[in-house]
Amino acid sequence: MSEKKLLATRAGYGQGLLDIGALYDDVVVLEGDLGAATGTAAFGKAYPERYVEAGIAEQNEVGMASGLAATGWVPFVTSFAIFTAGRACEIVRNAVAYNKMNVKLVGSHCGITPALDGGSHMCIEDIAWMKAIPGMVVLNPCDYNQTRLMVKKMYEYDGYAYMRTSREPVVCLTSMEDDIEIGKAQVLREGKDLTIAATGIMTTYAYETAEKLAEEGIECTVLNYHTIKPFDEETLLKYVGQTNNLLTVEEHNIIGGFGESCKSALFGKVGAIDYDYVAVDDKFGETGVRASLFPIYGLDNETIYRKAKALVK
Amino acid sequence: MTTQISAWKDLAKRMRCDILKMTSEANSGHPGGSLSCVEILITLFEHEMRMYDGIEDPRRDRFVFSKGHAVPAQYAYMLDKGILAREEIHSFRQQGSRLQGHPCKGKTPFTDFNPGSLGQGVSAATGMALGYKMKKADQRVYVLIGDGEAGEGIVWEAASAAVHYKLDNLTYIVDMNGVQLDGTTKDIMDLGDLHKRFEAIGFLVDEIDGHNFEELVEAFSHHEDGKPHVILAHTVKGKGVSFMEGNYAWHGKAPNAEQLAMALKEVEEA
Repeated sequence: MSEKKLLATRAGYGQGLLDIGALYDDVVVLEGDLGAATGTAAFGKAYPERYVEAGIAEQNEVGMASGLAATGWVPFVTSFAIFTAGRACEIVRNAVAYNKMNVKLVGSHCGITPALDGGSHMCIEDIAWMKAIPGMVVLNPCDYNQTRLMVKKMYEYDGYAYMRTSREPVVCLTSMEDDIEIGKAQVLREGKDLTIAATGIMTTYAYETAEKLAEEGIECTVLNYHTIKPFDEETLLKYVGQTNNLLTVEEHNIIGGFGESCKSALFGKVGAIDYDYVAVDDKFGETGVRASLFPIYGLDNETIYRKAKALVK
Repeated sequence: MTTQISAWKDLAKRMRCDILKMTSEANSGHPGGSLSCVEILITLFEHEMRMYDGIEDPRRDRFVFSKGHAVPAQYAYMLDKGILAREEIHSFRQQGSRLQGHPCKGKTPFTDFNPGSLGQGVSAATGMALGYKMKKADQRVYVLIGDGEAGEGIVWEAASAAVHYKLDNLTYIVDMNGVQLDGTTKDIMDLGDLHKRFEAIGFLVDEIDGHNFEELVEAFSHHEDGKPHVILAHTVKGKGVSFMEGNYAWHGKAPNAEQLAMALKEVEEA
């Protein structure tokens, strides 16, 4: 199933834009002077007349996208997650969402894997910020292929949506042939002992951990939540109902994140279950590489493995 | 033109009366900044904007009311033209009304963008003008900005983009009434010489009396290929009502019944 070649979801985004750029002539990409980093530069080369450089001005980048949408374009607004979802948050809320504009927002370099740039450029709050906006669709695909597919899904979806992408290359778990649907979690494997619900590139690490546990005879269900909002309650209830436990895995602050969405979906609908989170424990990131940062922030495979094992009776 | 302007002056009086009546009845709203932009709106809607078959015509020019709290002025215009029914004047700022506190698409007619959060309308209007340029479409885009509103950083981000993308189908109108919620713009946050600022960025700049129809018509007629246009329209906050004029207390306060009667008398007799 998995190819061993490592690819970043930001690159999947860039390729996805080229895919839809060729298919639909109303796609326009806005960039905040980070095209080489976010993956949009290739679109700019291929379709310069549909590539709007907004400069280092993310608030106006989002505001102009709203105006472009009003004139019939389908804008994809791109910057780092900390700027698209953070700096421009209230512009997203009012100029895009409150105005019901068909604007697609993409924040790359999410989580703590912008690595060497350090804490100012890392974004562990974007899921919280975006999911709190009425009607906002929040997407967090797990790998290159799925991100590429998701770009087309975003285009086809009539309304505003936010997608986070990562700088960190990961293995490709999923296939371009997959039939993914916004709002429907993807079941990557099924097992009776533990349910792991993961989102974004952390899904690939969760999956690796599940394979390791399988070697020890522990069978895990791995759910890939490429959509955080609207939240797929049904799939979560189904599998948690079978295993009576849940481990959520995300590269986001524990407060306001994906795990919190899972917990509120289950509250009052299942009896007492054992659960744990893999998430950032309410602290800022710092300069470093994934291999050394992840253990400090409790996002490494070892931590996923340890927490998973503790949940299995 | 003289007959035309005389009719516009009568329309301005009727609009001022309706602004005062609706804010007074709602006991809420922003009379000061509504009264200051009446002549600007009339010149835009009656003269400058190409409306073709009216507000629903997709070919028409676009208008963004970025200083959206002054929307009673646009409601007054729409009441006068029958776009809103006369009795709707009583529904201003009421739940379920089309006359929302700030205009809202889907509820309020003739609304191209939901403003309210200051500065964002300028950015969206700039995006619209860019969108039409990219489509090689003919529409022009107009946006009304408050001078206090120009304190928002996004206004200047948008202004740079407007020049960078040579948006000569875009006109910013700044209602320079010199007063904002807590005091004069000079005291609250002096933005310096807006004429020089816009000129330095690369705008075609006009600076006029925003209550003078001849000057408004003349300014709107100016155009320079490859340049966005800004009209700095000097106005009086609370124009037409002596006790409101230039007084920041009337930025966001409605007149009571007694004040309304005094105000209406002044406007009608002017």
